[in-house]
Amino acid sequence: MSFPWAEQYTPKHPLMQWVDEKLPVPRLVYNAVGAGYPVPRNLNYFWNFGVLAGLALMIQIVTGIIMAMHYGANDLVAFSTVEHTMRDVNAGWLMRYAHANGASFFFIVVYLHIFRGLYFGSYKAPREMVWLLGLVIFLLMMATAFMGYVLPWGQMSYWGAKVITGLFGAIPVVGEPIQTWLLGGFAPGNASLNRFFSLHFLLPFVIAGVIILHIWALHIPGSSNPTGVEVKGPQDTVPFHPYYTAKDGFGAGIFLIAFSILLFFAPNFLGHPDNYIEANPLSTPAHIVPEWYFWPFYAILRAFTVDFFFIPAKLLGVLAMFASILLLFFLPWLDTSPVRSGRYRPTFRKFWWILLADVAVLGYCGGAPAAEPFVMISQVAAAYYFAHFLIILPLISRFEKPLPLPGSITEAVLAKYGKTDGETVAVPAE
Amino acid sequence: MVRIGAFLVGLFFSGWLLVSFLLGAVAYVTDPPAATVEHEFHLTPKHVSFSFDGPLGKYDQAQLQRGFQVFKEVCSACHSLKFVAFRDLAALGYSEAEVKAIAKQWAIKAPSVDPATGEAATRDPVPADHFPKPFANNVAAAAANNNAIPPDLSLMTKARHHGSAYIYSLLTGFQAQPAELLKEFPDAKTPEGLHYNPYFPNLNLAMAPPLTAEGQVTYGDGTKPTVDQMSQDVSAFLTWTAEPKLENRRRAGLATIIFLLIATGLAYMSYQNIWADKKKAAA
Amino acid sequence: MASVEHTDGTGLTGEDGVRRRDFINIAAVSFAGVGGVAVVLPLIDQMNPSADVLALASTEVDLSAIQPGQAIKTTFRSQPLFVRQLTPKEIAEADKVDPSTLRDPQTLEERTVDGKKQWLITMGVCTHLGCVPLGAGEGENRGEYGGYFCPCHGSSYDTAARIRKGPAPKNLEVPKFSFTSDTAILVG
Repeated sequence: MSFPWAEQYTPKHPLMQWVDEKLPVPRLVYNAVGAGYPVPRNLNYFWNFGVLAGLALMIQIVTGIIMAMHYGANDLVAFSTVEHTMRDVNAGWLMRYAHANGASFFFIVVYLHIFRGLYFGSYKAPREMVWLLGLVIFLLMMATAFMGYVLPWGQMSYWGAKVITGLFGAIPVVGEPIQTWLLGGFAPGNASLNRFFSLHFLLPFVIAGVIILHIWALHIPGSSNPTGVEVKGPQDTVPFHPYYTAKDGFGAGIFLIAFSILLFFAPNFLGHPDNYIEANPLSTPAHIVPEWYFWPFYAILRAFTVDFFFIPAKLLGVLAMFASILLLFFLPWLDTSPVRSGRYRPTFRKFWWILLADVAVLGYCGGAPAAEPFVMISQVAAAYYFAHFLIILPLISRFEKPLPLPGSITEAVLAKYGKTDGETVAVPAE
Repeated sequence: MVRIGAFLVGLFFSGWLLVSFLLGAVAYVTDPPAATVEHEFHLTPKHVSFSFDGPLGKYDQAQLQRGFQVFKEVCSACHSLKFVAFRDLAALGYSEAEVKAIAKQWAIKAPSVDPATGEAATRDPVPADHFPKPFANNVAAAAANNNAIPPDLSLMTKARHHGSAYIYSLLTGFQAQPAELLKEFPDAKTPEGLHYNPYFPNLNLAMAPPLTAEGQVTYGDGTKPTVDQMSQDVSAFLTWTAEPKLENRRRAGLATIIFLLIATGLAYMSYQNIWADKKKAAA
Repeated sequence: MASVEHTDGTGLTGEDGVRRRDFINIAAVSFAGVGGVAVVLPLIDQMNPSADVLALASTEVDLSAIQPGQAIKTTFRSQPLFVRQLTPKEIAEADKVDPSTLRDPQTLEERTVDGKKQWLITMGVCTHLGCVPLGAGEGENRGEYGGYFCPCHGSSYDTAARIRKGPAPKNLEVPKFSFTSDTAILVG
């Protein structure tokens, strides 16, 4: 499905005509990310992150397959096979560091993608399904990243596996059997390592599959845009190729420069030193933390310190941590404002910035030791997090008075370039 | 319906978090957490500069060789270096024959099997071997070292924050327990058999000061073997054992980033080109 | 381009302008292509033997325990290596053959070291499809030419390990080796 003015795929070469008749894959690509997909002409750089997330997934799959060629999924040798990759395999250090930092960049890009969606109301009708599938991808990414972090079998791998599976142990009655079942033992061991490796290899391909659905669902209404005003006609759109392929090419360059700086000059900056110590079931690191991209959720988990009558604090923390992600699935129905973009929602916009700062504070507390004042700060921050989505957003959408919307995307673009004022101004390129 | 449910869930989580916060804050004020001796007396590593500092620093081969000598003559009696092979020493500037000689003359022999009887035996290491471990297993290591297992040093500088400076600080940081410490925390007296060192996380470690006197090793290149110098050299050596590909990585990184800057510049110009018509039409 | 002051369009149109624009687009795409190729190189190189595998690329063999007529099987680069001390009779049998009648013409001299003709060092890998021939072990079938016999497809090698009968195209390979003393060799 597409807009009626979308360009049609017309293969010129006889070979391409033949392929198109038998298996119209080129046509599919053309309509998905080629000239056949009309896109609003006013997308800003925040719309680059979808394509960049795809690029990050590709980097992870390629480097991951290579890592698997040199890895031994056995608790006796896992750590030393990773060291072997780092020291003896040709370009092995490059593959390993690219994979480890690639995970971080995947999350950086996805978090920017999510916060863009939150600001510009991309989750709203008619794009609810795009948002829901995106959340499924996010959950799969978190599972994949967690299991991948276990594989080097360092101290943080081991104790991370123990603590995270221990979350399930908080569930009443069935919790402990579930934990034992997840680990295939009473503590992380060879059985856990093997199943985590197997699933860590599988899930990225599941992610790739859900991404196809995500893009499919996006193509039904078409891409949203910074004004939140829907496309009204051909003058509002440009073909994806070459306009946005060119822009994404530039975005990919910036992304790769940032990635290379970290990968080549500070490859362990985002890692934890304790993971260079082999797993030791008899000694817990002084300060267990997950990877940085889990810190906000880890802070929510640890913020619950007081039992609620019959519900123990530990279970509350686990419930809240899962709730903090699951509540996003209800977002399209919690925010009922008819206006999509934060540009035209002054109150909503302020709270969006507070949310951004709040998540940053949660992240900082999640990475800090479990001591005061960080626990108290994360309690306030977590309280705001839940209040933001579950209480404040529904109220804002009821009482906020939005600013006037532009009549169309083209009108907004023209206003930006000053045409409505009847004068020509130099505008920085975007 | 969704919104009512959400409101109740939100009220519950946020409300209970605020209750927890108030209870915690009251406890924090009425019963403030006691200061710990680690918190008050633990020091972050000293500042020390190495040739490999900075984004384009390189290893100093002469220093690595000196550090290797310190490791060989002092550390290797108790600490293993199991991820490093003798052949890797070629990166320190040793020739093939020198590497072979170092392996052959290594004090700890490689485990082997007696071909006649099948019993455990030892043989001279060869360049392809990793450094043999000084103790057959952890039990033997603990038994010989007052119940503390000397950790493997291959990755030590990556396994600690500011690892290179940490090793240097630890080696030069042994000292008598400060009088203020004992005054403030009378129970924190260093136990028998442990050694006070403010750079160690819990302040007391089992390792006795390994580098104690100037001239403990004799450097072939004429460098004066002060304790400070030996500590720096062995820290540099252990930085190399943890990250042997550091120089390749930085070289590759520089080339990659220069390439990407040009490619991204071109991509930007191309992007502006392609959009020029649209921008013009708008303006 | 950042500026829209050239509203008349003269800045970018005309013969030169069009060519310059195309050039930049082509250059950008070419750069991306070069970068892609440069990334593929390490991805391919990582499958080559790693440093620890290459470090095991030479093997020392002690010959002192091998009696005339005996052979031992050891390994070189993870493949079987046959080390045999020939008896005078076996040497005579090998020398008797006219090399020009052989499928892979070679004399025993060409396959051994000067003055140490009795030491026949070959790979234990049949040149047909890579099975391990019999004959190095005590009491194994040495085939009708008294050297080695490959049980997979029936190739027979003579006392100089030259192919005499069966499908194998070449003699058993003699690896590069040298004597480090009278009773020791270094292979590889």
